[in-house]
Amino acid sequence: MINLDLIFPEIFLSLAILFLLMVGVFKKNSERLVYNLSTILFIILLALVLNLFSIEEKMIFNESYKIDPLSSFMKSLIIVSAVFVMISSFPYLKSLNILKIEYPILILSSVLGMMIMISSNDLIVFYLGLELQSLALYVLAAFNRDNVLSSESGLKYFVLSALSSGLLLYGCSLIYGFSGSTNFTYIANTSSSIEYGVIFGLVFIIVGLAFKISAVPFHMWAPDVYQGSPTSVTLFFAALPKVAALTVFIRFLYTPFINLIDQWQTILVFISIASMVFGAVAAIGQSNLKRLIAYSSIGHMGYALAGLASGTNQGIQSSVTYISIYIVMTLAFFSCLFMLKKKEVFYEKIEDLSGLSTNHPILSIAMLVVLFSLAGIPPLAGFFAKFYIFTAVIEQSMYFLAIIGLLSTVIAAFYYLRLIKIIYFDKPKEKFETDHTVGLKFTLAISTGILVLYFLYPGLLNEVISKISII
Amino acid sequence: MSFPILSSLIVLPTIGAMFILFGRSSSNYNSAKYISLFVSLANFILSLYLWFAFDKNSSDFQFVEEREWIVNFINYKVGIDGISILFIILTTFITSLCVISVNSTIKTRLKDFLVAILIMETMMIGVFCSLDLVIFYLFFEAGLIPMFLIIGIWGGERRVYSAFKFFLYTLLGTVLMLVAIISIYWMTGTTDVIELYEIGINTKYQNLLWLAFFSSFAVKTPMWPVHTWLPDAHVEAPTAGSVLLAAILLKMAGYGFIRFSVGLFPVASEYFVPLVFTLSLVAIIYTSLVALMQEDMKKLIAYSSVAHMGFVTMGIFTMTPQGIEGSIFQMISHGIISAALFLCVGVIYERMHTREISKYGGIVSVMPRYAVVLMIFTLGSLGLPGTTGFIGEFLILIGTFKVNFLVATIASLGVILGAAYMLWLYRRVVFGEIKNMEVNKLVDLNNSEMIILSILAFVSIFFGFYPDPLLSSTSASVESLIDLFNSNLKIYAASNL
Repeated sequence: MINLDLIFPEIFLSLAILFLLMVGVFKKNSERLVYNLSTILFIILLALVLNLFSIEEKMIFNESYKIDPLSSFMKSLIIVSAVFVMISSFPYLKSLNILKIEYPILILSSVLGMMIMISSNDLIVFYLGLELQSLALYVLAAFNRDNVLSSESGLKYFVLSALSSGLLLYGCSLIYGFSGSTNFTYIANTSSSIEYGVIFGLVFIIVGLAFKISAVPFHMWAPDVYQGSPTSVTLFFAALPKVAALTVFIRFLYTPFINLIDQWQTILVFISIASMVFGAVAAIGQSNLKRLIAYSSIGHMGYALAGLASGTNQGIQSSVTYISIYIVMTLAFFSCLFMLKKKEVFYEKIEDLSGLSTNHPILSIAMLVVLFSLAGIPPLAGFFAKFYIFTAVIEQSMYFLAIIGLLSTVIAAFYYLRLIKIIYFDKPKEKFETDHTVGLKFTLAISTGILVLYFLYPGLLNEVISKISII
Repeated sequence: MSFPILSSLIVLPTIGAMFILFGRSSSNYNSAKYISLFVSLANFILSLYLWFAFDKNSSDFQFVEEREWIVNFINYKVGIDGISILFIILTTFITSLCVISVNSTIKTRLKDFLVAILIMETMMIGVFCSLDLVIFYLFFEAGLIPMFLIIGIWGGERRVYSAFKFFLYTLLGTVLMLVAIISIYWMTGTTDVIELYEIGINTKYQNLLWLAFFSSFAVKTPMWPVHTWLPDAHVEAPTAGSVLLAAILLKMAGYGFIRFSVGLFPVASEYFVPLVFTLSLVAIIYTSLVALMQEDMKKLIAYSSVAHMGFVTMGIFTMTPQGIEGSIFQMISHGIISAALFLCVGVIYERMHTREISKYGGIVSVMPRYAVVLMIFTLGSLGLPGTTGFIGEFLILIGTFKVNFLVATIASLGVILGAAYMLWLYRRVVFGEIKNMEVNKLVDLNNSEMIILSILAFVSIFFGFYPDPLLSSTSASVESLIDLFNSNLKIYAASNL
């Protein structure tokens, strides 16, 4: 008898999506209702997932679906950030007039896809989850359909993403062909000897996943899509899919292919170094805040992958910590962006920040915290994220990776400092509206609070994450 | 468990800063001023109490507080010994003076400035009393944030350039130190400084680790050739910022050299003595010559700081009790005197809005009180007997003569150059005929300026004649440090036979 309790959150979410779709279709003008219901739904879902937190490791459906501390933590992370994404982006959607019933439903489906990805222990299940979340994301990217940039970004994301899915699928079929199974656990038992077909498959899948988390050299879509999509969708893009893809990265590399660590470690180190350096250098010339954060997130993914490249449990834990803190920083940054609003227009140019500190002292302090945290300056949370990563990396004596990584934080610090310079040192220019919704203020306060106060009890997060052990 | 006095010293300014930041304030910021004054004076008194309660005859760390911070990894550990106590008092003292002087020197965004200064104080005290490498790193680097803002918001024309230069230079130096700290953790299993003193670090890796720490401290000291951020940062920083920068920030690196470079890597320190001596000598001679040619008063004093810090690094790496005690004394003395000199420049800058030396001349006839005060500090800076400056330089030179005659001789020449540029500065500003009509309109020191400067002058002369209170608090710790150093070297030499 299959224990359906373990997959209850996913079942609940699927039913809820269908239900909300019906509500949206049969009840007129129910955008707000559906939106609010889906926010509440996320909170219930969070409770359901937290309920599974104590489970050590269980598999269902012929070992193709796995519930363990990693999946529970990543799912809760995704759902919590989805709640904050929902409550902070509401005013934005309203002002842009793109608050339709489809919007929350697409977000819900994409989250469902991510949850499946996170728990997958089988290539087919993983691929299904991936496609579900991607399809929802293509539509979301083009959601502001009257805007040329938005449509362009949707199309661009679709085409490039389809290409990467193709590569991924090709990799899956190679692995299936050479190992005889799609199940991670089964592959792990057969792939101890090096077969070239398996390695080719592995490389193809790494490429596909690197594309999903926008790591160099598969990052090309990110800046355009980030800039073109509606800001609320950009926030979603910048945060949630990366968590899911990173989890799959962890599972995929460390369950079936841990024996081939010599093969993939080099690839990962290269991707990581390239992302860190490229993210730091390319962001310097940007003038659009969303584009800038796209490059910055490329860099941040480089750091997260550096933890994975170490090949130890500690490395995995440091990557998970990194992505958690990265999400908080992203939320805080975008909450600040949502506040740069005047007469229903949202400002996203860097010069618009000029002299922000004179007119909006509190918002500027929040920005200051976020930017220094992104740059990794202590005592803010961003520093600890990097600190754990480099601790794990140096444990494996990968000094080259550590030194390049730290040097690129110095380069990256330059463009974060440039923003701070514009906010604090330049002459005041724009004066923005100050009447923000409670949800937005709450999101900003919570996320900045976490960034500032993290150093008081770093153990809080560590304790949860220390339960994650894959190897 | 006793009252956590060091932690209170660390958090008190930040609490004050939070009150200022989130409290409502009137347009003239009176409440902000009173809060910061209260907090900084309370901290000063607390640190004086610390000095009295401190056992001078013991070389152990005292007032140690330890708490688990990151489980199984890093403990929050603070404590002081004879080396750090003086720096803490210097920090609280100078911060109080900065807060008092802020009224006349800062015109815009006073509230933010006070917040930045108080947070800065937290970070600096943290640096001086942390006994864990990671905690030290946290405070060391976090201090960049307020300083970046102080230079960038309230600085002069090229403030953005110098703020960036300051930030990126220091960050570049410190990230290498972070790699070294993490490596030390994986080598020894701890980042606790006291434990590391006992365990010792594998001599094979000491040289590399030493260089990583050196890259960070050398930028911050600053040593030639990475000193170029300092003149820029100083010139553009507001008076109170310059005072903080010169008086305390530079000392973090000197302190780091004593506590970490010498203490943790004795073999490497011995190995790199020639390097440090060379760089220090270049700093002393070269920057003194550069100082001679400066047109800008603040730049001149900034270069003189580089030269003085050259003496400090030289003294530390003589590894003699005289040298190290002299270096500590010189740092304290330089903290007081350079703070006073920057305040003096600030005084006339407020009145004339120029720092160019050639615009002045003949001030003595309009500002007699100012001329006297400036005289005291000029003489203090060039090391006249009877001021703190003399004792520091004298001890350092004694220590150096013991170790290396040639280096000491060249360094002594630097003392002459120091006298030359300071006296020449004084002559050009204070004496001579009044060429600039503006000078006639200058008003002499007002009472609050007079009080601040006389306190500094008193301190400088008092400890110049009676240095014992300062030297006696450091000597026990310095001796134990040198014992540790020598015993480590012996073990190393024995193992190499």
